[in-house]
Amino acid sequence: MSTIPLSEPRSRWWHSRAVRRFARHRLALIGVVMITALTLACVAGPWLLPYDQLYIDLRARFAPPMTGQHYLGTDPLGRDIAARLLMAGRTSLLVGVCAMVLSTLLGAFVGVVAGYRGGWVGASLMRMVDAFLAFPSIFLVLALAALLKPSPTMITIIIALTSWMEVARIVEAEVRSLREREFVQAGRMLGLSRSHIMFREILPNAMGPIIVAATLTVARAILLEAYVSFLGYGIQPPLPSWGNMLNGAQQYLASAPWLAIVPGITITMAVTSFNFIGDGLRDALDVRSGPG
Amino acid sequence: MTAPLLSVRDLTKTFPTRSGMFSRNKLAVHAVDGVSFDIGQGQTLGVVGESGCGKSTTGRCILRLIEPSGGSVVFDGKDVLALDAKGQQALRRDMQIIFQDPFASLNPRMTVGAIVAEAMTIHGLGADAADRRARVATLLARVGLKPEHMGRYPHEFSGGQRQRIGIARALAVEPKLIVCDEAVSALDVSVQAQVLNLLKDLQDELGLAYMFIAHDLSVVENVSDRIAVMYLGRVVEIADAADLYARPQHPYTEALLSAIPIPEPGRRKTRRKLEGEMPNPITPPGGCHFHTRCPIRKLPLCATERPEMKPCSAGHMVACHLRG
Repeated sequence: MSTIPLSEPRSRWWHSRAVRRFARHRLALIGVVMITALTLACVAGPWLLPYDQLYIDLRARFAPPMTGQHYLGTDPLGRDIAARLLMAGRTSLLVGVCAMVLSTLLGAFVGVVAGYRGGWVGASLMRMVDAFLAFPSIFLVLALAALLKPSPTMITIIIALTSWMEVARIVEAEVRSLREREFVQAGRMLGLSRSHIMFREILPNAMGPIIVAATLTVARAILLEAYVSFLGYGIQPPLPSWGNMLNGAQQYLASAPWLAIVPGITITMAVTSFNFIGDGLRDALDVRSGPG
Repeated sequence: MTAPLLSVRDLTKTFPTRSGMFSRNKLAVHAVDGVSFDIGQGQTLGVVGESGCGKSTTGRCILRLIEPSGGSVVFDGKDVLALDAKGQQALRRDMQIIFQDPFASLNPRMTVGAIVAEAMTIHGLGADAADRRARVATLLARVGLKPEHMGRYPHEFSGGQRQRIGIARALAVEPKLIVCDEAVSALDVSVQAQVLNLLKDLQDELGLAYMFIAHDLSVVENVSDRIAVMYLGRVVEIADAADLYARPQHPYTEALLSAIPIPEPGRRKTRRKLEGEMPNPITPPGGCHFHTRCPIRKLPLCATERPEMKPCSAGHMVACHLRG
C-alpha cells in the first residue's frame, strides 16, 4: 500500500497559534512588559541605587520624592523608599509566585483526582473544596497568621492553603469532560495505570485553564499578602513588603502622602498586570472563545 | 469445530437512570439484554443496528471498559469477567479497540510515536527504547504511514490517517481480537474503503479476529464472516454474511436490508419502511421488542412473549415467533 502524503505540513508546535492570539491582546502585552520591568527592577535595582534599604539618614527624614538621590523620597526614619520598595517587591513577588505554585499543585491534584475518580471520592473532595470556599479567606488568613509565627514561608503556605480551590474547581470540570474522551478509554484499554492516565494523559490536556488560573492566582496572592501585612499580621518589619510599607504610612497620610502612594501604585500595577496577562492567556489558550 | 476465540453468553448491561437524589423509583436502561454470540479465530463478526441499540455497549462490556451486569464472556478459554487485575492486564494485550472518532481517540498532546509506543512500555514489549522506536516505525509503515510521522502530533493528520494511527496503536500489543467500534463511520466513503482494506489485509496477515460494529449494513457486508443484527439491546438475527443478505429472516433485518440503496439506475426496489421511532429503552415494549414497529406482527403473542433465538437453517438463528 502506498503512503499518503501529509495534507498540510505545518509548524510542529500548535502553540504558535496561541502565541499569535496572545500577542494580539494589547493589555496582556502591557502586563507582560510591566511585570518583566518590575521583576528586573526588584532583582537588580537594589544594587544600582545609591542607598541601602536599611541605611538610616536622620537628616533626610520625610524627604519628598526627587530630593537629591532619594528618587522616591524617604520614610519616617530617613530610609530610601525606592530601595525599600524594590526589596519589598522581592518579598511580595516571591511570596505571590510561591503561593501560586503551591496552590496550583494542590488544586490541580485535587481537581484531577476528583474529576477522574468521580463517585463518592470526587463528591467528597469537591465538598471539601466548597467548605474551604465557604470560609471568608481574609479572616482565615488573619486568624492563621495570628496563631502561627508570621515568617514569609508561613505566609506563603497560608495564602496557598486559602487559594487552591479555584484551580481545583476549574481542573475538576475540565477533567470530567476529558475523561469521557476516547483517548482516555484507549489508555484504559492499553492497560495504563490510573495515575498514569490521570497525570500523564489527562492533565497535559488541561494545562490551558490551569495556566490561566495560576496567573490570576499570583495576582490574588500578592493582594492577599498585602492585606495581611498591612494589617500587621504578615511580613514583619524590618523585612519590607508592599503591605507593611502601607501599614507604616498610615499615620503620615496627610503630611507625607508619597509613603502610601508609592507602594499603593506598585501593588495596583503588579496585580492589574497579572490580571491582564491572565485575560490574555485565557483568550489565547481557550480555543472555544473568539475567532482564531 | 474447535472452541471459538470469544464466546459471549447472555451478556446483560443495565444502567440505572438517575431520577434524583430522593426519589425511590429505580428505573434502569437495559442497554444490553441477553446477548449471545461466538467469534472464531481470525473471523469477523459484524454487529449492526440502529444507534442506541447497544452495539457499542456490548463491545465495551466484552473488553471490560464497561462492567457488564450479567452473563459470561469467555476469551481463549479464560473467563473474562472473573479475571483479577493482573489477569485483566494480560487480557489487555489480547483484546484491543479501535474507536469511531479519530479526533477524540488520540491524545492531542502526545506525538504519534509516543501514542503507539505507550502500550509497548506498559506491557514490557521491546528490548529498549531504540527497539520500541523500530517497532513503532514498522507498525506505522504497516498501516500506510511513514516512520517520519512519529514525531508529529495527531492534529497534523487527516481523519483517515488518524484512524490508521489508532489501528497502529491497537496492533502495538499484538492482539488476537480487535473491537472496531464504528471504526469507519466517521470517514469519507473513499477513505472508508482504504481503511477497510487495511483491516482486511491485517486480518489475513496476522490472523486477527474482529468484532466489527457499524450501523451500516453495506459496510459490514464486505468485511464480515458472520453478522449479528441487534435491536434494543437484543440480537434478533445472526447468520453467515452471505446467508443473511440472501435470506433475511427477521422482519427488522429485512427492513434494514431494503434500506441499502442500489447503485443501478432504473432498478426499483420494494422498500420496507419501518413506522415509528425506536421505543424508549427504559420502558421497552413487552414480548418481542420489535412488535410495535413490526409489519408482520401477530398479536397478542408478539406483545407478551419474548421470542427465543432458534435455528432456521445451518448457522442461521433468528428470534421471531413467526419465522424460523
